[in-house]
Amino acid sequence: MRDPEGPLPAPTGVTAEGALPGRPYDVAIVGAGVVGCAIARRLARHPRLNVALIEARDDVGQGTSKANTAILHTGFDAVPGTLEARLVREGHARLTAYAAESGILVEPVGALLVAWDEEQLAALPRLAAKAAANSYDAARALGRAELYAREPHLGPGALGALHIPGESVICPWTTILAYATQAVRAGVDLHLNTEVRQAAWDDGHRLHTSRGVLRARHLVNAAGLGADTLDRRLGRDDFTVTPRRGQLLVFDKFARPLVRHILLPVPTALGKGVLVAPTVYGNVLLGPTAEDLDDKRATGTTAEGIALLRERGRRILPALIEEEVTAVYAGLRAATGQEDYRIAAHPERSYVTVGGIRSTGLTASLAIAEHVTALLAGTGLDLGPGSDLEPVRMPNLGEAFPRPHQRPELIAADPAYGTLVCHCERVSLGEIRDALAGPVPPRGPDGLRRRTRAGAGRCQGFYCGAELRELLERRGRGERA
Amino acid sequence: MTAVRQVDVLVVGAGPAGLAAAARLAAAGAGRVEVLEREARPGGAPRHCAHGGFGTWTRPLTGPRYARLLTAAAERAGAVIRTRTTVLDWGLGAVSGANVLLTVGPGGPEALAARAVVLATGARERPRAARLVPGTRPAGVYTTGELQRAVHLFGQHIGTRAVVVGAQDVSYAAARTVRTAGAEVVALVTEHPRARTGPARARSARLVRGIPLLTDTTVTELLGHGRLSGVRVRHRDGRTTVLPCDTVVFTGDFVPDHELARRGALDLDPGTRGPAVHPALHTTRPGVFAAGNLLHAVEPAGTAAREGAGAAGAVLDHLAGAPWPRPGIPVTVEPPLCRITPNLLDPDRLDPDRLGPGCPGAPSHLLRTDTPLSRPVLYVRQDGRLLHRARLGPGTAQPYRTLRLDTSWHGRVDPAGGEVRVSAG
Ligand SMILES: Cc1cc2nc3c(=O)[nH]c(=O)nc-3n(C[C@H](O)[C@H](O)[C@H](O)COP(=O)(O)OP(=O)(O)OC[C@H]3O[C@@H](n4cnc5c(N)ncnc54)[C@H](O)[C@@H]3O)c2cc1C
Repeated sequence: MRDPEGPLPAPTGVTAEGALPGRPYDVAIVGAGVVGCAIARRLARHPRLNVALIEARDDVGQGTSKANTAILHTGFDAVPGTLEARLVREGHARLTAYAAESGILVEPVGALLVAWDEEQLAALPRLAAKAAANSYDAARALGRAELYAREPHLGPGALGALHIPGESVICPWTTILAYATQAVRAGVDLHLNTEVRQAAWDDGHRLHTSRGVLRARHLVNAAGLGADTLDRRLGRDDFTVTPRRGQLLVFDKFARPLVRHILLPVPTALGKGVLVAPTVYGNVLLGPTAEDLDDKRATGTTAEGIALLRERGRRILPALIEEEVTAVYAGLRAATGQEDYRIAAHPERSYVTVGGIRSTGLTASLAIAEHVTALLAGTGLDLGPGSDLEPVRMPNLGEAFPRPHQRPELIAADPAYGTLVCHCERVSLGEIRDALAGPVPPRGPDGLRRRTRAGAGRCQGFYCGAELRELLERRGRGERA
Repeated sequence: MTAVRQVDVLVVGAGPAGLAAAARLAAAGAGRVEVLEREARPGGAPRHCAHGGFGTWTRPLTGPRYARLLTAAAERAGAVIRTRTTVLDWGLGAVSGANVLLTVGPGGPEALAARAVVLATGARERPRAARLVPGTRPAGVYTTGELQRAVHLFGQHIGTRAVVVGAQDVSYAAARTVRTAGAEVVALVTEHPRARTGPARARSARLVRGIPLLTDTTVTELLGHGRLSGVRVRHRDGRTTVLPCDTVVFTGDFVPDHELARRGALDLDPGTRGPAVHPALHTTRPGVFAAGNLLHAVEPAGTAAREGAGAAGAVLDHLAGAPWPRPGIPVTVEPPLCRITPNLLDPDRLDPDRLGPGCPGAPSHLLRTDTPLSRPVLYVRQDGRLLHRARLGPGTAQPYRTLRLDTSWHGRVDPAGGEVRVSAG
């Protein structure tokens, strides 16, 4: 296995260049975000199906999925009775179980909806009632003293809170990769760098992509921010996606002891507002902003956005602002002007649109996949027999469990796990090598960072950037890390 | 739990400060002296500074040569240097009175108890994110450290057109590295009214190499998807423009690599963000000393090495049973002075003849100013009482140069008084 010079076997089923296979697929899924990957994984349970997952970018999860707030929602505050409310609730249960089985990091820290004025305090009982309407009964009111006992670093002036013990933080990246890994291992073809430019219908789909034509009998439009555009290419005009930008700040790990729960603001007409949350990697997240834009590529941050976050953050957790920021990023949610998902089957064209998966898609992903699979069957897709997938075991990137460098037996078996390359995040050569040789390998430093945390720490590459690049380039030349 | 191995002195970090301390200690017979270094090779930052400016006036050296020299000296003296060994954290004092360090390396985890620890973990530049520079997150964004490693240690290709953010010594070193790598320097950009480097250097870059210097200018946004396509800059007068480039190097803005110090609950100095230290480099954690750029980002390598060597004296005293200084009296600065080291005084040891930070015969505090001061005078006061007045000689004190303040006034400090404040007039 560990021949240092030998060339690597090409990972089966993942392509990023060259012509696409000529044979028609039973199902093509457009968009390898968390939703598309979850659907691919779900369909992979039917071995007779030929499934392609196609993605415009060079990696899975490069769109909205990579830049969210990383919370596994209970759905306590969803609009009762909507499809979103149901799928978030079901998705929460499914993903919690799946995470435990696959090693996806989840920390059940719980959330506090903090009231900062009398009006917000008065709104808490209504929110508790809403939670109950969403079948979430564990919400409980906390008085001022209990709130500060639970969160001693909270800024002055909070009056009380609603405690939602079921809210958790999760690793979004491992989730997407677990889905994609299982799908690819079970035979799904993942075609990266494949942008759909035109679509035609001729008793089946003909997708004209940046890498040639791809044919499929059935189609799933999971194109995220591009779902409305793709729908129009497929002949439907049901909704328009308005990107809603969320800017976020990630604070250094030294900030982690400052906060114990996800600190949520009491929602207003303007949206959910700015939260402070721990991350499973041991950082603290502050954000997001909510800005409606019309440019779907506007994933940049702005001076105003950063200033607003710092101002909000200073009120919630004053000591936070004294700590260093390790990352600043922005994501775009797919708003559609309706407070619900836009999931619809179009049997006449044998396809299903999965649109408007706003800020809850990570939580709901497994439930969405289940729902979409049923809708596909309704468009005439014969799923054939089904079976369980081989379980997947993802590497631990989190602080709450032992990392490879903390496991003497692992290092004894392979010293590469004791050889740290990224000092800030304590990522070992062994983990980097494993990621580079994985079934869905990274294609650059960003992909490597999302798989291992290498380069994601406080020094942002001062120490390890060049060495990581060297390891990636060696892998690119077919050598082992 | 892993068994605890006992040594006499552990030095964390094999940069100039750590290597110099280890060499001195091993030569003086301190017992088993181990230097722990997480990188694959000893030498610290000079290893990737492939340019002159190290060594002494009489013996100028490049960074890598200097690193090799210090390494050889430490080894010759009998210190054991263990590379690829990261100190992760402090263990609970299994051996009473000892500091225990938890490490990991290819050989596995280890717990090491030491009678004395010298922290010499150096400094790094604050990256783009910590500086809160908005925009997209494209490839092609570096710090000087990453750039130098990429070019000088790995021979990697960087972009073709680079903007260098900053105009201090290290920024000019970055510009040089960019050119060595075959790329063009579009401009040096600084928010200050002038370069923070010697005039000869600034002139040579501008006139000889034709590198424009944009002063009073801030980088307000990074542009480009995938790869950097440009940086937006704003002049103090409000004008903005885009400099097209595919590479940007954020230079200077050094911060001490104080992670281990913080984990060890050492008091930090708010001005330096490094551990607070006494004149002989004792920290507030008994048995733990600190030296080099961990104390004051960033001073020249020679200063770091002298501090390391100087700390060795105090380490030997400690090993011989000298009492640990009391936390005592903070020494702080007033703007435009921005930091001072050492920054603690022990009320019981205000003897002016004690040697200071590693400079035999020339004990002094190191300070920096934020803005140029012409013919400055330093005033040392405690509770409003003037203890000392020092004229710093003719000329202008520059932000890029260290100021030195002797310690002759230590004897006048009131052991029961408040903090000592240093100001400039
Ligand atoms: C770009 C650049 C240009 C420079 N140019 C010059 C110049 O021309 N002339 C000059 O005199 N100086 C120059 N300097 C400054 C000079 O390099 C520093 O003054 C000197 O390196 C400081 O020494 P140090 O020992 O304090 O820190 P460092 O050299 O940074 O050494 C610290 C060491 O500690 C290690 N370490 C940190 N944490 C741990 C841990 N937890 N476990 C194990 N090991 C750890 C690090 O890996 C590192 O090797 C330059 C610096 C830079 C970055």
